[in-house]
Amino acid sequence: MMAFRKAAIVGTGITKFVRRAQDTPKELAWAAAKMALDAAGLTLDQIDCVVHGTAPDAFDGIHQKAEFLSEASGGWNKPYMRCYVGGGTGVMAPIYGWYHVASGLFDACLVVCEEKMSSCQPHPQAAFITIFDNVIERPLGPNLLWIFALEMQRYMAVHGIKLEDIARVAVKNKRNAMGHPSAQLGGEVTVQDVMNSPVLAWPVHRLMVSPTSDGAAACVIVSEKLARKISKRPVWVKGVGWCLDTAFWTSRDLSYPRYVEKAAWMAYKMAGIKKPEKEISIAEPYDPFAYKELHHLEGLQLAPKGKAAELCAKGHFDRDGNLPATPSGGLLGVGNPISAAGQMKVNELFLQLRGEAGARQVPGNPKTGVAQAWGDLMQVGTVIVTGV
Amino acid sequence: MRKVAIVGIGYTVPRRTTPELSYRELDYEAAVRAYQDAGMKPADVDSFVSCLEDLCEGTSIADEYTPDQVGAMLKPMCTVGGDGIHGIADAFMRIQAGISDTVLVSSHSKASNMKTPNDLLNYALDPILNRPLGLNPHYVAGLEMSAFLAETKTKEEHCAAVAASNRTAALRNDLAAHGATLSTDDVMRSAPAFSPLKELEISGSSDAAFCVILTTEQRAKRRKSSPPVWVRGVGWSNDTPTLESRPWAYARYAADAAARALKMAGIKSVRKQVDLFEIDDTYAYKQLQHLEAAGVFKAGEAGRAAAKGKAGPEGDVIVNRSGGALGAGHMQDATGLFRVIEIVRQLRGEAGRHQAPGKLKTGFALSWRGVPTTSGAAVVVSK
Repeated sequence: MMAFRKAAIVGTGITKFVRRAQDTPKELAWAAAKMALDAAGLTLDQIDCVVHGTAPDAFDGIHQKAEFLSEASGGWNKPYMRCYVGGGTGVMAPIYGWYHVASGLFDACLVVCEEKMSSCQPHPQAAFITIFDNVIERPLGPNLLWIFALEMQRYMAVHGIKLEDIARVAVKNKRNAMGHPSAQLGGEVTVQDVMNSPVLAWPVHRLMVSPTSDGAAACVIVSEKLARKISKRPVWVKGVGWCLDTAFWTSRDLSYPRYVEKAAWMAYKMAGIKKPEKEISIAEPYDPFAYKELHHLEGLQLAPKGKAAELCAKGHFDRDGNLPATPSGGLLGVGNPISAAGQMKVNELFLQLRGEAGARQVPGNPKTGVAQAWGDLMQVGTVIVTGV
Repeated sequence: MRKVAIVGIGYTVPRRTTPELSYRELDYEAAVRAYQDAGMKPADVDSFVSCLEDLCEGTSIADEYTPDQVGAMLKPMCTVGGDGIHGIADAFMRIQAGISDTVLVSSHSKASNMKTPNDLLNYALDPILNRPLGLNPHYVAGLEMSAFLAETKTKEEHCAAVAASNRTAALRNDLAAHGATLSTDDVMRSAPAFSPLKELEISGSSDAAFCVILTTEQRAKRRKSSPPVWVRGVGWSNDTPTLESRPWAYARYAADAAARALKMAGIKSVRKQVDLFEIDDTYAYKQLQHLEAAGVFKAGEAGRAAAKGKAGPEGDVIVNRSGGALGAGHMQDATGLFRVIEIVRQLRGEAGRHQAPGKLKTGFALSWRGVPTTSGAAVVVSK
């Protein structure tokens, strides 16, 4: 390993996350990209390359979707690259942005993540049938709610976790989202409200699931030299990690996301972090389902195996707790336009570490944050550690 | 900059159809060969790249099914929605950044699974302005060829000569599925597809899988199994996806991608310093347009050189000795890796019957992602 060339995030942008945006996919991507450039105080001319993150093409119904979105994302007459690892894309894209710069090939990279799920009518859930193995699984007609219900059931059974414990995550995140200007589903709900919401696929209740959303989010990543020149408070990318597990998800123990653990240690090692539970001051774990936040906090080594629910109940992960988790409001509160949701989490770290998160600001001047996304067939973990 | 070497190549033989194998089995065969060629095991690889697009696979989030067969389970792996040369560029950056020392790039084509490829391509067109016209997307190529011929004064016969020589050359290449003894007249007489584009000027499709292993100088020299071939420059670029506002005659994306790769490689005279070219020829005219964009010929000269046999598989300027996509078959986003592997085989002197003559030191490959994109990627490799 050689010494890493340092790179920093110097600006972020985001659109509102909504169920049905009137804007086209290109307009969404453009709005987030423009906002990130403005925040960084840069123009498109000063950007050397563009990374695009977007998950399945089936939502927008556009083949080679990133090609279609290239111009709107600023990738015109520039090197332009799309990365994707399903739901993990939103954190993978800034990782790509980081190494575009860290490689020394470029000084400034614009990272844009866009998803418009509402184009898929009547409901994008139907598009998910096409993610399954076309010989073994598709004939069974599975959907995401079913397989995550299996994983949630397994997680609860192995550790003896109660539904109420999981419902608390939804309560916390939806409350946190009330302070987020992009939020789609922020609000005050009680544990009882979550428990009384309709069962979609046992044990998954409606209020434990993130919505389907349209939206885009972006950030600008630049070299150390440029960062020091244009930004008073650059947020450094300190560590990156990602890991893809086998496609044969039925052969894995679903109670623990070992791929998240591997991705996390890759990032922590690079950041020089030995005791993440002590050294991380703020976490944005991926929370498309309420249990996933707990599952991922364990994978991220921020809670002992099976103990995240207990810590959550004690307020450990509240905004003013010892280790604030998902202060943004997460996917459960802000919304889940797949890749844009992961990028939103990276943006949240940027704002929190700079003390610019407004109503969502966690107390105590956080210094180091971790954001994580997850996707494919419960299969991939993408992790980024940032710090000031 | 670190020096980056290609130390392993693996491939399956491109075929028009492979009903007995899944794409995962194709990937597996290519990966096993690449590991063997590199003298490495999956445990030696730090991270993985695959290059594919969902709709070609018939699977959403198709990256789910990429890791197992190439030995990437529980390893850092990510997919790029790009050509294989974008994948090489990705690996190159990872090695430069120091995040990985050894990277495997994998891509495949199972084009024979696609029952209605043109309908599928239609989904790549703008859903509001272009798609409702309900045209076969090859019309974009027909229009572009028309503009290219008009602006550069290239003749239809020049393009036909490209198709004839590439298809004929492919007969010598054991990694080519569309070889045929064709003359320029044969191509000229073939049915108009989207005039002036003719049926025999459109590449057919093939199934295949390819793997390329890249590593640092230090690790490359530690092994003995295969001689390293160095990646000296990479470049990639997009022009506009909008049909209405792009330059039709000129491949600006290819010019930008090529210029970036050549500059990084420190190549000032592409004709003098590059010994062989693998240039996108999805359509015959594209080879000429791309050669001119890459600066190998001035505007309007590539066609005349091709017609005289001076630029082509047998030419003084060696272009698509493999037979290119016209001769080997178009292999979706794996086509770029096919070109890189062809150059590595030529530089190593392992190309067999179609081994190019003379001392070969440096090769240049350029890929394009097909209609309706303006996405190109280029790579310069040297012995």
